[in-house]
Amino acid sequence: MHIVVCTKHTPDTEAKMSVDGAGNISWGESPLIINPWDEYAVEEALLLREKYDGKVTVVSVGPEEAVEALKHAIAMGCDEAIRVWDDACQGADTLATSYVLARTIEKIGDADLILFGKSAIDAQTWQTGAAVARRLGMPALMYTIKIAELDPDGKTITVERLLEEGRQIVTAPLPAVVGTTKGINEPRYTSFIGIRKAAKMAYPLWSLDEVGAEIERVGAAGAAVRWPQVFMPPVREGEAEIIAGETIEESVSLLIDRLMEEKVI
Amino acid sequence: MDFSLTDEHEMTARMVRDFAEREVAPVIKEYDRAQRVNPDFLARMAALGILGICIPARYGGAGMDYICLGVACEELERIDTSLRVVMSVHVGLNSLGLLQWGTEAQKQRWLVPQARGERYAAYALTEPGAGSDVVAITATARREKDVYILNGEKMWISLANVAHNFLVFAKTDPRAEPPHRGITAFVVEREMAGVTTGDIHGKLGVRAGSTGWISMDDVEVPVENRIGEEGEGFKIAMSCLDNGRYTVAAGATGLIRACLEASLSYAQERHTFGRPIGQHQLIQQMIAYMARDYDMARLLYLRAGWLKNLGRRNTRETSMAKWFATEASFTAASNAVQIHGAYGYSDEYDVERYLRNAKGACIYEGSSQIHELIQAGYALGYRQDKPLRCELPAYDPEYWQTVEDTL
Amino acid sequence: MSNDIFVWIEQFNGQAASVSWEAVGMARQLADAMRGKVVACLFGGEGLEPLAQEAIAYGADVVQLAEDTTLANFRVGPYTELLARLIREGDPFAVLIGATFRGRELGPALAVDLETGCIADCTEMTLEDGNIVATRPIYAGKLMCKCVIPEHRPQILTNRVRAFPRPEPDATRNGEIVRVEPALAEEEIAVKVTGFQATEGGVSLADAGVIVSGGRGVGGPEGFEPIHQLAEVLGAAVGASRAAVDAGWIPYEHQVGQTGKTVSPDLYIACGISGAIQHQAGMRTSKVIVAINKDPEAPIFKLAHYGIVGDLFKVVPVLTESLKARLA
Repeated sequence: MHIVVCTKHTPDTEAKMSVDGAGNISWGESPLIINPWDEYAVEEALLLREKYDGKVTVVSVGPEEAVEALKHAIAMGCDEAIRVWDDACQGADTLATSYVLARTIEKIGDADLILFGKSAIDAQTWQTGAAVARRLGMPALMYTIKIAELDPDGKTITVERLLEEGRQIVTAPLPAVVGTTKGINEPRYTSFIGIRKAAKMAYPLWSLDEVGAEIERVGAAGAAVRWPQVFMPPVREGEAEIIAGETIEESVSLLIDRLMEEKVI
Repeated sequence: MDFSLTDEHEMTARMVRDFAEREVAPVIKEYDRAQRVNPDFLARMAALGILGICIPARYGGAGMDYICLGVACEELERIDTSLRVVMSVHVGLNSLGLLQWGTEAQKQRWLVPQARGERYAAYALTEPGAGSDVVAITATARREKDVYILNGEKMWISLANVAHNFLVFAKTDPRAEPPHRGITAFVVEREMAGVTTGDIHGKLGVRAGSTGWISMDDVEVPVENRIGEEGEGFKIAMSCLDNGRYTVAAGATGLIRACLEASLSYAQERHTFGRPIGQHQLIQQMIAYMARDYDMARLLYLRAGWLKNLGRRNTRETSMAKWFATEASFTAASNAVQIHGAYGYSDEYDVERYLRNAKGACIYEGSSQIHELIQAGYALGYRQDKPLRCELPAYDPEYWQTVEDTL
Repeated sequence: MSNDIFVWIEQFNGQAASVSWEAVGMARQLADAMRGKVVACLFGGEGLEPLAQEAIAYGADVVQLAEDTTLANFRVGPYTELLARLIREGDPFAVLIGATFRGRELGPALAVDLETGCIADCTEMTLEDGNIVATRPIYAGKLMCKCVIPEHRPQILTNRVRAFPRPEPDATRNGEIVRVEPALAEEEIAVKVTGFQATEGGVSLADAGVIVSGGRGVGGPEGFEPIHQLAEVLGAAVGASRAAVDAGWIPYEHQVGQTGKTVSPDLYIACGISGAIQHQAGMRTSKVIVAINKDPEAPIFKLAHYGIVGDLFKVVPVLTESLKARLA
């Protein structure tokens, strides 16, 4: 089985985000990490490899910094890493990014399963996996909380998708795109053997030509969405109205009064 | 001069930090309050290979270098000192001592299971009546044909009640001249008849850590368990301390960082006189010193680790790092409590635990006073290092990471 | 290109997702400004006529209704195929989709088919210079972003749950129901739905107008008992902070926060939750936030509108009893 995991690098979840007048986003000195949601996808790929044998390749479309995400995935145990980039890829939206990713996966050629994390903690569109699946004409199994069955020879997969009301159980043919969600597994730590491999590895960079991507369809040129303005959310003025009655009963009564005034109960 | 850490160092730090944050941080306060050891922590550290982090793979270890040992200790103590104490005795004092002084057979027999985390290791030098004055130890080892009969009591031994293998120092010749030549080192296993251990409670700090005593009553220790020559024990004990102290220095650096992080966070949340307290100068002063001391402590222990990687003698540099970092961590913790005000005085926040933990490190592995004397000795030329019969091997990635012996 | 606004109406077991009506409300505003129609697209198995009528009452001028076994369960393949076809026929200015799980997989798939943009999880929309300018949160709401699709049509946007007001339904409104056929036969659809397991009991977090959440202060699984009782009296969903979920006191489905669900109820009651940034990210846009915590310094009090400093095990039961009496 050849499993491909798509990943990206993001600032740490605890990073203090800010934006300057020119719209440049900064995360201070927080290190770049593998997108936390992608760790579930990597872990699932590794579990499947343990069960069915095969290879796990981790892929990222990104500049030099994207190697941080690839290193972590290799240190967790992935076999190979591929980075795709051209400066023209800057300013991409889902349409443009999914185009490059789809081309890359086609170039890899023999992927049986393509895994994504649910969302990247930066732009948080949740869209890339679904868009890539559509481009590849593959089943899109987003929000998977459990891979219930997998038949690599018969080429079928059954998953449980966690939707608002409960779990939808679906079966689809392989190859398929699976979007993982938290709760599907517990991502392992990197291992020392993995750390040494990740440190020694050379990370190949594929060009747009190599994946067969047309330059007009990548980055800002290929994007449909633009984001002309990024800003800090308005700071909420003031603090809570602390309700302090003589007794708990009195405080509670006053609180209920307020909530009724606000028409929320 | 390249001050940067390699990918391996950074990724090791990250992995240990993730483990400590996810698995230890949420529950450590309970164990500290209850003065109880959580056996799972040791087991998890063993499973992740941390207990053999810088031991060569051929001896069951993870094959990383000595700087990885340091950064791992920094990350562990940032969460709680008790985690780093494990590294100090299991890896620093005992396992690296075997790596340096053990015969091949001894390394296979004790180092391998220790590096794999199958057996836990401790270091038994201190006695109720002998701490700084090592030569005053009274434990004896009387040779009778193929065994030594050991008698005596060791106290303030970390992991006393959980360790399997103890590196014990006893006098084979109580009347030696000079007296330090009468000390010999042995591996004593918990299973041997006559060995009993017990817990010590009521410590000011490191309450989630196991500290206790080990008593030896006519324990028969085979000759094969003697480490080094008769009379070499003192030198062995001192060189083990070079590695134990290194982990203490790295750990104390992590403690300073924990104090700094807690203080920065609180300084931004807490408001007095209409502003966050981080804008008040006297708070800023305390934070400035913490930031300074963190940088200094870190540079000192990394230098010591670098020397170890090169196979160079580092007694002076390691002592300097330990002395500085531990004293600085106590000051940082005291100031962290001060910055937190009344909340710092309560165990609702972590800083009071940092303060209680920090003090211990100023006492063990060479009290601060001992280190002052060591440093003066080096500076004045009264103290000079002579080569040892066995040196801690320089880090060689090829040797450390291959399992088969190609000789 | 017409000036119509298409809205995809999500339904599950014959019940429309509330966020779809919120989308209709926004679509109505846009359509009025553009002088176009609101065209609702409603797909499912059968028995959807009442929902189609509801759509009209909420503001749709036309409902394109497709009832077929192939559409009985949501599958992104056939739904995308059909919606894309209707969009090519109707050539709308924009398409609004509620930012539910289903909506957020439908939107990007549609955008790929139509080679256009999809702006996800919008909290505001305005018309400027012939484009919809949408505001959306990024980096867990630490930053906000204005987005626009200047050169592609239709503009596809998914609206965040509860970010837009639900319009008042007007049963006297008139509209047209047009029946449409699905775009794919069952044999052409690769994914098969073989079952559904509803989440045990309770209101779903995403839809809830009121949420009562418990955090580390709850202390254990039993500690959620008073939380559940308060939730029951309020018809609320039960949420949790990451601390409570990671400690195993309540399943992950209830987690609110950066690595859990983002919610925007009218009322969010946080019990024993300190209010770390990661939790705030999941509930900061709630209309009214009440915090109940022993620690007066807890960060949640900076975010909350109302607070009671006290032991949740004392305060919450009293609140439950008082509400029972007052709401009776």
